[in-house]
Amino acid sequence: MPHTELPTPSVNPAPPTDPVCGTCALNHASQLLSLGVDVSGHDHVVALAGNPNTGKSTVFNALTGLRQHVGNWPGKTVIGAEGGFGYRDRRYKLVDLPGTYSLLSTSEDEDVARDFLVFGRPDVTVVVVDATRLQRNLNLVLQILQITDRVVLALNLVDEARRHGLSVDERHLARELGVPVVPMAARSRQGVPDLLETVERVALGTIATRARPVHHGDVRTERAVSELAHRIQREYPELTNTRWIALRLLEGDPGIERAVTDGTLGRLAAPAASTESFTDRSGKTHS
Amino acid sequence: MTTTLDRLRNGQTATVTALDVDGAERRRLMDLGVLPGTPIRVDRVSPLGDPTAYLVRGSVIALRRHQARGIHITVGQG
Repeated sequence: MPHTELPTPSVNPAPPTDPVCGTCALNHASQLLSLGVDVSGHDHVVALAGNPNTGKSTVFNALTGLRQHVGNWPGKTVIGAEGGFGYRDRRYKLVDLPGTYSLLSTSEDEDVARDFLVFGRPDVTVVVVDATRLQRNLNLVLQILQITDRVVLALNLVDEARRHGLSVDERHLARELGVPVVPMAARSRQGVPDLLETVERVALGTIATRARPVHHGDVRTERAVSELAHRIQREYPELTNTRWIALRLLEGDPGIERAVTDGTLGRLAAPAASTESFTDRSGKTHS
Repeated sequence: MTTTLDRLRNGQTATVTALDVDGAERRRLMDLGVLPGTPIRVDRVSPLGDPTAYLVRGSVIALRRHQARGIHITVGQG
């Protein structure tokens, strides 16, 4: 019998020693390079969305190494704060969006978050949800999934949920939503390595996400949406979320109506108009 | 017994049956999880009874009396 070597587990170059996980090869966190406010030359844009008080800014700080604005008052993050981080050999720009319960009501916070997701077209959107109030948080998750399915659900505060005797079946949740779910306790940096890894995979497209479209029970609404979506699609074949835009137009959403009439939608449809810059309602250019 | 939310007393629990509110306010209530079938409880009442804090799906929200009046509920086994 020929000499067979036992299969050696693929040994990655040992990452630098980390006080927590040491030299474990699975220690993805050691590949994290917090870049602070330096967002130059990024390869991917990642948006951070979520309800208020779910720990978005804590996640933001954990990734960028910044210590900005963690606090509990409405409108704290008005315009998305930006920071950078590197993971493996890629650089990411992270945009912290204001905490909202919805993207459909009318408040400046919600407009900022919504406009960035629709017009800024991030490569990946991390939705931070509170595991102890999952039901209420899922409203925003489903709304975001109608805009983009390149989403990672950061199931935060699982430590607190556990203290309340709650455990979330994250695999089932991921299956139901069609996007990856990463359990986290961002305050103690738990789950950060997994989040980085998952964000990278969604950015590179090695995890296929498939959001389940929401259908409306009402036949007439459904027909109107499909018909309008079909027409938008014909006009702008590059657009991916035509159903969502059709719904907003039917609701009389002023922001989306404006985007259609002033040509923003047309620019979006052109492949060149990627995520490099977008102009929000107040005319500030984010790049 | 069917009534509106503003009639609910401190500590009582009810179930939402309908929203008689329109536009952005309706959207907002629905975004906060106030939907038909949702259990809702009076959590705290301010000195003058307006606003009142309600417990909905694990979160506390404060509503004005006129807003609560637009939320139809059933109290008791319903």
